[in-house]
Amino acid sequence: MSTVAGSFPGGLVLNGQKKRSTQTPIRKTPLSKKLILPLQQHIGSESIPIVSVGDKVLKGQKIAKADGHVSVYLHAPSSGTISAIDEQPIPHPSGLSGLCITIETDGLDTWIEHHPIADYTQLSEHDIRQHVREAGIVGLGGAGFPSFIKLNPGVHHHVETLIINGVECEPYITCDDMLMRERADGILDGIEIIRFALRVKNCVIAIEDNKPEAISIMELALAARPELTDTTIMVVPTRYPAGSEKQLIQVVTGKQVPSHGLPIDIGIVCHNVGTAYAIGRAIKHGEPLISRIVTVTGTDVKHAGNFETLFGTPMHELLAFCETTREPNAPFILGGPMMGYNLSGDNLPVTKTANCILVGVDAAAPAEKPLPCIRCGECAAACPASLLPQQLYWYARDKDLEKTRQYNLFDCIECGCCSYVCPSKIPLVHYFRFAKTETMNQELEAAKSDQARIRHENRLARQQLEQQEKEERQRQRKLALAASQAAKEKQEQAAQSPSDGTES
Amino acid sequence: MFTAIIAITVMALIFGLLLGFASIRFKVEGDPIADQIDKILPQTQCGQCSFAGCRPYAEAIAAGEADINRCPPGGEATIQALAELLEVEPKPLDEECGVEKPKTLAVIDEDRCIGCTLCIQACPVDAILGAAKHMHTVIASECTGCELCVPPCPVDCIDMVETKQNPNTWRWPDPDHVDIQLGDRS
Repeated sequence: MSTVAGSFPGGLVLNGQKKRSTQTPIRKTPLSKKLILPLQQHIGSESIPIVSVGDKVLKGQKIAKADGHVSVYLHAPSSGTISAIDEQPIPHPSGLSGLCITIETDGLDTWIEHHPIADYTQLSEHDIRQHVREAGIVGLGGAGFPSFIKLNPGVHHHVETLIINGVECEPYITCDDMLMRERADGILDGIEIIRFALRVKNCVIAIEDNKPEAISIMELALAARPELTDTTIMVVPTRYPAGSEKQLIQVVTGKQVPSHGLPIDIGIVCHNVGTAYAIGRAIKHGEPLISRIVTVTGTDVKHAGNFETLFGTPMHELLAFCETTREPNAPFILGGPMMGYNLSGDNLPVTKTANCILVGVDAAAPAEKPLPCIRCGECAAACPASLLPQQLYWYARDKDLEKTRQYNLFDCIECGCCSYVCPSKIPLVHYFRFAKTETMNQELEAAKSDQARIRHENRLARQQLEQQEKEERQRQRKLALAASQAAKEKQEQAAQSPSDGTES
Repeated sequence: MFTAIIAITVMALIFGLLLGFASIRFKVEGDPIADQIDKILPQTQCGQCSFAGCRPYAEAIAAGEADINRCPPGGEATIQALAELLEVEPKPLDEECGVEKPKTLAVIDEDRCIGCTLCIQACPVDAILGAAKHMHTVIASECTGCELCVPPCPVDCIDMVETKQNPNTWRWPDPDHVDIQLGDRS
């Protein structure tokens, strides 16, 4: 076991509320009759369907391929028939729809043939990345960034330390905790492969000290694997948001990721425990990513717990399985109480990034009108990224996007600490999300109008060139005409003069 | 008396040379104000401002020949930005030029298209693809929604479709204008 090397500024000690969902082992969600699979369950471009309506598919079969570099494959979570490829409501804060593949399951759950790799050390790093990509693996901590990219340090970087993130700092969520308790070996399988692909020696498995069961089980599993050298478990003090990538790096290594930089810039790569487990399953067992563990919890849930759920399972079926007091179509939270967002409506499918469904939060303050900011500075003290939330708030309200950028708006991790401590109950993070998407939209519009300007200018230049060429052609023709006329006249003259001669 | 005149003359000479040097050394190519105005305009090239595109309109504004409220696609936001740049009072959009509409995209009904190429000639940003007597289509990512291709079409096969919001281009609403829902602490 290694000791922490640093800490991050701000942060909060919150009531974890974790026991609520750790009383029962991980259970399997019953197979749904209909699985709805959004083509975008990751950061990057939407996958492209490679099946058509009416096709029979087997469990684990590829149904959509990656589009471009930042994209992954998608697989059928169970066997059945493709019944539709169309727009369906997706779990997104906007409440908008996205393109989805719908599978009517046949209840047989027939697998395709597995292709496990007995000895992954025979593969090249590139092959491992390709396998991970084709298995559809994305970061399961919540962001959903394609994992194969984070297995590629690139030619300019050398990875010093691999951090496996088992912190799970947000209250209520326990899916990583339960995974470590029940599938420690599987996680270590994945870690072995990640270490091989990144050629990294040191590995730290970070776990928060409020998970003693997970820590002891992981330690036992690690002790049983002497081949995993230089791998240690680090118990980090419970303080939200210790599980956020940049904050965790500060705790584990004492180093800070530069603003606008990536962990790889300082020789660090982070993967979530769930991602490590998925990578292990994909390589050692040939199973693509078709399910994940979802925590269903909250004050209104009767049988809270963790559920291994196939992607595409409608959330209301999962909620019905856990028996909630929620009314149909009533809102619930996807994610934790700090960073999650409200969703409403049934039939929203479980996706690769859905770590927790929260129905009813303890001590949820009734919605009240925010009071004016009194400049108390609590938000700045709580900010784990050392930002000035009150300044950002003023500028975001003023829609002075240039100023928010100068105050490093894009270093905000949207952890919600500032909103939590605000005595005036100002929804600060909401303002920051608003300002971020506004800025990105402005950039997009500016890029689009620049492109339109260039295209228009090119068109004008081309038209001018065409006009010039036309004039040039006309001139040439006129010249040629004049020349031929002159020649004709000359000929006529020449023809006339000898006759003149004979006459004279 | 004499020294004063000489001193003033010498100083005038020095400053004159300095100014002359600066005007050559720091000469700015082009018209920076017109460039800045052009950057604010939405580049739809629709001509609703009665000029032959965004650039000519920008030059006219810079020369003081046109008002800042003649751009319907840019709407209020553009007028606001122009007013700020030129330090004048913003005005409401000139109704003569048109009204502010949601963003649209030209879509060609490919079954009805006869391949006359008239729309291709009308498009200011070369966003329509096709050849004579062959079906035409709009390159959606390049279309500025200027509607210039609609009138020339002899078979009326071009529709202006409102651009749909998708989850990737969606923006969080301004919290000043929405009620914060229960449980959403963020």
